[in-house]
Amino acid sequence: MTSTTTTDTEGTSNVVWPPGLHPPTGGGLPPLLENTSVWTDEMVTNAGLAMQDYPIISVGGGMGSFITVDYLRIAGAVPAADIRVLSNLDAPWQTYQYLTRVSQLGLDRRLRSDSQSRPDNIWGFPSFAVQEAFQNRSLKPLTQVLIEPVFADFYTPVLNDMIRNLRREADRIGYWDMLVRGQVYTIRPRAGGGYFTVLTPFDDNAMPQVFRSRDVHVAVGYPGVRFLPDLQQLREESNDYHHVVNGYENHEHVYASLRRRPGTVLVRGSGITASAILQRLITEMYCKNAHTQILHLFRNYTRGAHGPHPWSRRPGGHGWAYQGFNYPKSSWGGQLKARMRRLDGPDLADAYDQIEGTTTPLRAMWQYYLREGRRAGWYQPLAGMLGNLRLEGGMVHGTLKPPTPDQPEQEVQADYVIDCTGLEPDVTKHKVLNDLLTHAGARRNWLGRLDVERTFELRGADNGTGRIYVTGTASYGGNFPGVDTFLGLQISAQEVADDLAYRGYARKMGPLRSSAQWLRWARGAQVK
Amino acid sequence: MTPTLFGRIQTRIFLLAVVGGVVTAWLTPLLPMGGPIGDRYRATFVVLAAVAVLGIGWEIIYHVLMQWRWEKDWPTLFGLLTGVTEGVLLWELVRVPIVPGLPGAVPAAPFVIDFAVIWLLVWLTGNGPMRVPFIRWRFKGGRLV
Repeated sequence: MTSTTTTDTEGTSNVVWPPGLHPPTGGGLPPLLENTSVWTDEMVTNAGLAMQDYPIISVGGGMGSFITVDYLRIAGAVPAADIRVLSNLDAPWQTYQYLTRVSQLGLDRRLRSDSQSRPDNIWGFPSFAVQEAFQNRSLKPLTQVLIEPVFADFYTPVLNDMIRNLRREADRIGYWDMLVRGQVYTIRPRAGGGYFTVLTPFDDNAMPQVFRSRDVHVAVGYPGVRFLPDLQQLREESNDYHHVVNGYENHEHVYASLRRRPGTVLVRGSGITASAILQRLITEMYCKNAHTQILHLFRNYTRGAHGPHPWSRRPGGHGWAYQGFNYPKSSWGGQLKARMRRLDGPDLADAYDQIEGTTTPLRAMWQYYLREGRRAGWYQPLAGMLGNLRLEGGMVHGTLKPPTPDQPEQEVQADYVIDCTGLEPDVTKHKVLNDLLTHAGARRNWLGRLDVERTFELRGADNGTGRIYVTGTASYGGNFPGVDTFLGLQISAQEVADDLAYRGYARKMGPLRSSAQWLRWARGAQVK
Repeated sequence: MTPTLFGRIQTRIFLLAVVGGVVTAWLTPLLPMGGPIGDRYRATFVVLAAVAVLGIGWEIIYHVLMQWRWEKDWPTLFGLLTGVTEGVLLWELVRVPIVPGLPGAVPAAPFVIDFAVIWLLVWLTGNGPMRVPFIRWRFKGGRLV
């Protein structure tokens, strides 16, 4: 499988789309519609486009859409007939599964997700650990959650178990009946209130479909895979997509090559993807007799615990910053969440400053093998910035600029560079999000993402009785930081469902309905 | 768990009142202690109330200790083991006796059984089933209101 590269508006080609996730193309809208921000019903009708009415449209169809729709169906008692999910995905977990697979988290591997963080179960009860204990007739998951994280690594669920549960929940809430396949082209405000969402069917000969709705929920994920400019430049100038790869694109050829002959790999990044790729490289060495030299480049080399106060110090060492999950645990429901909900402006930015930074979990197995690597010399951590990248004699050469000027620059060379610096967060690189900024009154927040209320309503985009809600990574920078996580998506979904209830378009779930719905979930009964 | 201070206090009082109340009502006649049933109920409910009242002080201590944890979480095991320290202090206060309202001396065995059973069931409920009726509770640091 290959990925698709698109060119952004500034002419630099640096957004890579995973297979199956085709970038918006063409569109084929008449110029009047294309160039008008607010559409009338007549404009759409006169353009000869078929129009369908649904109160709620969810754009994306990935985990963000699924979790929000799950919440609306269960907590808000919104009928499936009132919701349509517009998506280019066959299943909500498709992108997630692709990205985890290529970044070396196979179906049998454990995710970086808490036991109670169950995207298939809005209550998080029973937790994944309890389910796994019953499923495998083993006490180990239970003892692990009992003593984590002090005497054991955090328990994390297996990807395959999660996907199986998601499929069951999708069946239960009637997700497949709500799903409409195609490529969402744009969302435009409707004169008189509400919105139009245009879907381009995959059939080239089919006309775009227009969905008229009161509300729109948008959860389209990351616009693509991020490449640092120097790596992108090297790839383009040398037309070489073999020696420099991103951790989020298929790069099996690297491991295959290392099995055939010894080589040096430079891994760049210090997050969970870098950890997973190091694990794969090390597994190849121990199990497949690969003779690999690993250079690991940290832009910010962490020597130990770090933070501004004794009561705000994150563990770290040997380059890494350690944290169980993407954010401190209290971001999802503890004092950090409560504090950040109250903050605005510079105070909110300060709070983000304190928790930001790339982290990875402190896992005993990883610690053991990296210690072995440092001792035996096959794993060498480096600190600094890599520049002057060039391809010479089939190897990537670069100059390492150390973090302090008193240290000399160092020439490094490697057979392969695996870049693990993440996914592309720029919302303007996604056409649907960019159209919200251009045509729907949306604004960017202080981090450049979309500016949302505490309810995840898109600020400035309300239209009559209609609202646009944005959840997931595009809403990062607001009063809740953990937006691009499973539990964060559930928290966002709860806010959306409660806001719909406040506006009178859904039920607000109390203890009785919640308990009754949980019993239905436990029995596998359809949502009512 | 990732509680806030007010969440801790609210959760403790709620769980002791509901789970603790039901368990105390069921368990008291079964405890190995003599005396009229009224005095026995009075003793067990006074002990239950003492766990709640003293607990407010304990929760403030736990909250302060938690500040030294980067994640600002309170591991599941801590929630179980703090029962030992709380139980020992309460037993000393019951034995002296400083706890007001007790009908008389409380024997050790029923105290240990009563305290341990309630602590365990409150801990179990707080680590799972509580999330079923109170869907927003875990996202609000344990606050119910």
